[in-house]
Amino acid sequence: MLARQSQLAAPDRELARFRFRVGLAAVAVVAAFVLLVSRLFHLQVMQHDYYSTRAEDNRISLVPIVPNRGVIVDRQGTVLARNYSAFTLEITPSRVDDLEATIDGLGKLIEILPKDRKRFRRLLEESKTFESLPIRSRLSEEEVARFAANRYLFPGVEVKARLFRHYPEGSVGAHAIGYISRINKRDLEIIEENEQTNNYKGTDHIGKSGVEQKYEFQLHGETGYEQVEIDAGGRAVRSLSRSAPVQGNNLTLTLDIKLQEMAEKAFGDRRGALVAIEPATGGILALVSVPTFDPNLFIDGIRSDDWDQLNNSPDKPLLNRALNGAYPPGSTFKPFMALAALETGKRTPGQAISDPGFFNFGGHQFRDDKKGGHGSVDMHKSIVVSCDTYYYVLANDMGIDAIARFMGQLGFGQRTGIDIEGESTGVLPSPEWKKRRFRRPEQQKWFAGETISIGIGQGYNSYTPIQLAQATATIANNGIMYRPHLVKYITDSRTGEKTMIEPEPLRVLPWKRQNVEVIKRALVGVNIAGTSARAFAGAGYTSAGKTGTAQVFSLKGAEYKESRVKKELRDHALFIAYAPAEQPKIAVAVLVENGGFGAQSAAPIARMVFDYYLLGKLPKGAAREDDVEED
Amino acid sequence: MSQQLLQRFWARLVGHVDGVLLLLTLALMATGLATVYSATADSSSRLLAQALNMAVGLSVMWTVAQLPPQKLMRFGVPLYLAGVVLLILVFLVGIKVNGARRWLSLGFTRIQPSEVLKIAVPLMLAWYFHKHEAALKARHYAVACLLLLVPFALIARQPDLGTAILVGAAGFYVIFLAGLPWKVIVGLLAAGAAAAPFAWTMLHDYQRKRILTLIDPSSDPLGAGYHIIQATIAIGSGGSFGKGWLEGTQTHLEFIPERHTDFIFAVYAEERGLLGNAVLLLLYLLLIGRGLMIAANASTLFARVLAGSITLSLFTYVFVNVGMVSGILPVVGVPLPYMSYGGTALVTLSVGVGILMSIQTHRMLVRQ
Repeated sequence: MLARQSQLAAPDRELARFRFRVGLAAVAVVAAFVLLVSRLFHLQVMQHDYYSTRAEDNRISLVPIVPNRGVIVDRQGTVLARNYSAFTLEITPSRVDDLEATIDGLGKLIEILPKDRKRFRRLLEESKTFESLPIRSRLSEEEVARFAANRYLFPGVEVKARLFRHYPEGSVGAHAIGYISRINKRDLEIIEENEQTNNYKGTDHIGKSGVEQKYEFQLHGETGYEQVEIDAGGRAVRSLSRSAPVQGNNLTLTLDIKLQEMAEKAFGDRRGALVAIEPATGGILALVSVPTFDPNLFIDGIRSDDWDQLNNSPDKPLLNRALNGAYPPGSTFKPFMALAALETGKRTPGQAISDPGFFNFGGHQFRDDKKGGHGSVDMHKSIVVSCDTYYYVLANDMGIDAIARFMGQLGFGQRTGIDIEGESTGVLPSPEWKKRRFRRPEQQKWFAGETISIGIGQGYNSYTPIQLAQATATIANNGIMYRPHLVKYITDSRTGEKTMIEPEPLRVLPWKRQNVEVIKRALVGVNIAGTSARAFAGAGYTSAGKTGTAQVFSLKGAEYKESRVKKELRDHALFIAYAPAEQPKIAVAVLVENGGFGAQSAAPIARMVFDYYLLGKLPKGAAREDDVEED
Repeated sequence: MSQQLLQRFWARLVGHVDGVLLLLTLALMATGLATVYSATADSSSRLLAQALNMAVGLSVMWTVAQLPPQKLMRFGVPLYLAGVVLLILVFLVGIKVNGARRWLSLGFTRIQPSEVLKIAVPLMLAWYFHKHEAALKARHYAVACLLLLVPFALIARQPDLGTAILVGAAGFYVIFLAGLPWKVIVGLLAAGAAAAPFAWTMLHDYQRKRILTLIDPSSDPLGAGYHIIQATIAIGSGGSFGKGWLEGTQTHLEFIPERHTDFIFAVYAEERGLLGNAVLLLLYLLLIGRGLMIAANASTLFARVLAGSITLSLFTYVFVNVGMVSGILPVVGVPLPYMSYGGTALVTLSVGVGILMSIQTHRMLVRQ
């Protein structure tokens, strides 16, 4: 009965069951839709702001527009550093699967030399992979066209128009002007310290030396930005907004590049340094360190063979001798000693000594260059004939402390603060210096005997050519001391406003005018009748100067004969001078490494510089090295 | 006279068309076409092709609607057998594309037999239950499960998880609606839960990856997670009212992958916002509701379970696709009905809706 009933009711029961299940399904469907809607509500309402930002980040990219770097010109307006635009072929390593294959492929379209590959590989090691790196620069129009036609074959490779730095004068003044090169890790830290990180997005070169380095943030300019919409492939679709970059400020140097070039040539193949300063301003007219180098080599990353050559050369072309080289001043120190004596009241101009040709102190004999001595020597004569004995006695009378105090005032043994990096301090000897310099107590003690040779610019004395030039210019300028500087003024690229560099004197030394005049007269005497008279014979102006010879090699009492000493051990030749004597327009310090006597090799260079600067005369042929009087 | 002819023609034309289903279908097609236009703004040929696909779909729908359910029933067995044979052929001599063997080459074109099973499986099972309606026993359910399992396994092995899920769901809905006892359902669920770890090891690496990236899309932001991340950004940035038609940045800057096919919902959601989504989901809900009503009112077991299965399959398409695009379900290749570009899915869908119309419009005839 039960079975029959169930059989009879089956279709209806089945239908009821079906409808129940359909209803269940409907409930499940609605529940599922509620789930979907709540998920969409969550995304589109609750998290809308977050996803909007994400979408904007996706689509908008800020592309920096690198500003034109400021131009550097010399005092006459001659361009020393400029920019030019050129096409480079660049690879973004992160977007390229097989770099070698890509470069090989590019090589079939565009000439890629082994040196280009080498440079690319080096850049690759130094850089972040998302940067695009140049594989070839300065593409010709034809090469650009050839690549453009095949560019679809090379994802991650692009042709970019970039600004390049060029130094038209090449190696002339390279130590002063400096160069720019690719930004490295240390540069990034400096950029960060100066809070310039944002401004350097897109910039890949930075000043590495000279004025290019010191005035980096003036020269760089302000980076502009373009907001571009990009697609998923990273291609720019359209520009949304743009803020133009501001060009870097231009620099006008105090340097006279023609004078600089002439001075560099005057050294011939000798090593050395020359600093020419305008006494009335402290502006540097020439900053020579020879041999020099071509800064253009560094811009794209220097080739390793070029680098090896520069770095390993025994002549050290990368060393800025004018700032970084420290040399004993030799006899060029004497006029400063003489002035110190007058100012401290240790001597009067007329006070004379009798020079027997030597000075005995503590059982040691300090010899004069001239056997038998110069006879009766007053201050004027001591400078003109460069009498050592006079200064042995003077140094002994003054004592090291007084000497160090006076010389310190003149800037000896301190960085001048010139507006480029790489200056060394040199050594202004004093008991304090000795204490700092040496560790062992027996070495720390200052011996009175050590003071004697300080008087003639030997001993521990060690100064940079720029210190010597600054001190010379200060004498020429009657004690008004300027900080030497290479940049005359900065021209603001926006307003055209000029900012003068170091226009105020650093300090005014309270020298008595008549004391300075004594020294100046003696220095004029040197160039007329003294050690450098021959070098200045027939000059159309009055000049003042002092020769000097700095010992490289201790002879231990034996007689110095140039021919017997190896060239590297020969004495350094020095010369300080200014002209015209009445109203100095130029003061120089010249150093010729291993040049022997100052009068012989250094003074003629100063003569050529003066002739050119004051009279516009170019030297006739090479400097004469023979037939000059001894130091 | 001609007016009479016209009237008769009209009657013939609309006689077996369900107005509600047609209206909803047309609304969805229009929405789909507009979205495809936006998603393929770079090539207008896609829009035309899709319009053509829709025209073909509508004619298929109309044609199927003319066939009474009894006639449809006859297609069950041959269609199923043909489908399974083709799947076996795929298994043996199919063309491998991207690591999946899904296609058969016919020389001039290639076909994807698994698509046929989306209709053939529910048709076959509905026929089977209808045949044994009088005395349904446990073994009938077992046989039905077996009939489902064979094509399911063949498709899953290809591998094509998306289609396998849809075919499996279609078959399961038939068995469920035919009255599979609750005990068995509960038992199957328990067994399924127990087998889950085992199933995990059966999955292909890329399938496992998809599940893992669902849990944490950022674990693979440029790989498998990219789809989900970019799609959720598109949806979320759309906000309440959307960025406007053709204004979606994620779409037009090509951040959304597969934007005219499987991920078209992201395009729609970005441009139309939550409001548009609600409208779209409502359209689907109405379509599903209409389908379930047709099923509930159908006069035979065959028609009931078939209509129910087709309708719930449609729901499965929508749920799996939207769930996947909005990041709550793993990425499987399931298109969004009427929205995603592609002719095959549209035809299959149209056959399904055509069957629903047939069931609805032939009901009275059967009862009489």
